[in-house]
Amino acid sequence: MTAPLLRLHGVRYRYPGATQDAVQDVSLSVAPRQFHAVLGPNGSGKTTLVRIALGALTPLVGRADVIGVPASQWARQELARTVGVVPQREDNLFPQRVRETVLLGRYPHLTLWGAERTQDQEAVDRALRACDAAHLSDRWLWTLSGGEYQRVRIARALAQEPQLLVLDEPAMSLDLKHQMELFELVRGLVDRQGLGVLMITHDLNLAARFADSLLLLAEGRPIAAGAPAHVLTQETVQTVFAWPVAMQTVDGRPQMIPLRKREESRA
Amino acid sequence: MRWTLLIVFAIVALLASVVMGPAAVPLNELLHSDIVWNLRVPRALLALLVGGSLGVAGAGLQALVRNPLADPFLLGLSGGAGLGAVLAIALHVSGPWALPIAAFVGALAALGLVYRLGLIGGAALDPRILLLGGVAIGAFAAAVTTAIVSLADAAELRNAFLWLWGGLSGASWDTVLIIAVYAPIPLVVLFAASRPLDLLALGEESAGYLGADVERVKRRVYLAASLLTAAAVAVSGVIGFVGLVVPHIARLTWGHRHRVLLPAAFLGGGALLAFSDTLARTVVAPRELPVGVVTALIGVPVFAMLLRRWTIP
Repeated sequence: MTAPLLRLHGVRYRYPGATQDAVQDVSLSVAPRQFHAVLGPNGSGKTTLVRIALGALTPLVGRADVIGVPASQWARQELARTVGVVPQREDNLFPQRVRETVLLGRYPHLTLWGAERTQDQEAVDRALRACDAAHLSDRWLWTLSGGEYQRVRIARALAQEPQLLVLDEPAMSLDLKHQMELFELVRGLVDRQGLGVLMITHDLNLAARFADSLLLLAEGRPIAAGAPAHVLTQETVQTVFAWPVAMQTVDGRPQMIPLRKREESRA
Repeated sequence: MRWTLLIVFAIVALLASVVMGPAAVPLNELLHSDIVWNLRVPRALLALLVGGSLGVAGAGLQALVRNPLADPFLLGLSGGAGLGAVLAIALHVSGPWALPIAAFVGALAALGLVYRLGLIGGAALDPRILLLGGVAIGAFAAAVTTAIVSLADAAELRNAFLWLWGGLSGASWDTVLIIAVYAPIPLVVLFAASRPLDLLALGEESAGYLGADVERVKRRVYLAASLLTAAAVAVSGVIGFVGLVVPHIARLTWGHRHRVLLPAAFLGGGALLAFSDTLARTVVAPRELPVGVVTALIGVPVFAMLLRRWTIP
């Protein structure tokens, strides 16, 4: 069996000076053609987990391997050819056009003094088309809507031609249509291009609808992991998020409906 | 077209600084004149090298500290160089190279202090602290400089004051040679960092995920830009606004890709300084204005216009 794209095994991390662990005893693995989502309340250690997975932080205990090699031992440029990341936030210091920013995704493939080659321009074209953003090519980034901007950032990660795509809260502050479009896009990349995806998200329902497997974190500890129907039970969700919910099933996936406090007794 | 205009401007600026000057040299004697060969030509070349270095250093530092208002001298180097030079004057250190060497040593001392401050949070170089530390060290050095100048006697004070405003009157073939050998090293380091600098504009985290070795790039860019600035200040004093305005003009004209921006900033900075120096020598001839006065007189209005364009995209 080949090594999974990403494998975390029993990782623990504590930020310098902190009094408690940011994550503790967390394991997960992402294979090609697999969409893995990490869920949890604010401050549950989701983003720390991503930093560990990408070698930006080295776990104090446990292992974080990308294709069998510890993430922190990868040369940055080589890692960027294997893993594409869409971080939660970034701010462009200077105004930039869509095509320029997607072309930055080719950096790990370029030589020090060499110019961008035809194959780099083609990779940018493919990435833009895959994200339905080809028509935005000449637009300035600051003229894009939230949904368009996120698609462009995913296109930049795709231009890296990675095997694994890591997304940190990509659908945050998007409206319903753009949220759905974004999840459909990511699912399509998994199914059609065979990418492995690790996505951090707050949205339990969308994660349950689109992801193959979930990991639910609370206060840095894994609460449940596996198929959506196994992870998102009424009891678990109520405990972790400290709010009463009802569960339904749509397309065979669990969907959570938060209840008003006074409905609690009837639920 | 843009490049053609810039190259034409650079050639005109260089020619003008060779043809024009307080001493009237007839055109047909230009090639045989000592004044031209030993004064004007090295001075024009030094202006090109120093202005170009300041332009590139400014563009690199603006991307590094993520602040479009960053100027190569903002990071404490001018203060350190000024203190070094004034100390040399006050201590009556003599010799043709005493001032440049003292200024260079002062700038290096400031560079080292600011760099050390930038590492205060651990192994990662913090550009915000570089900026704050640079301003603080610069202010401290300026205070000490002022204290020394206020205790010195009047003739020395005038020397020190004029030196601080910058000028290329010390140009000779020796200085040109020294800078021509020294400057290409940090310039190549900065040019090699072009693409990582593009990435750094997205923030350090994104730049790292796109494959940039962020810590190494930050250190190299800071050290290379500072070493360029330290050499510039040693041979020509503090020449303001070239390193601030030229990168912005280049950004507005060529965009933000450093592979194009840095060469444009070099040529633009060199041309602007050669042009300003010609004005400084000729406008009030036979006396001479400090060239920093001219670059500021040209630079500030241009910069004000740019700021207007910046806020109305």
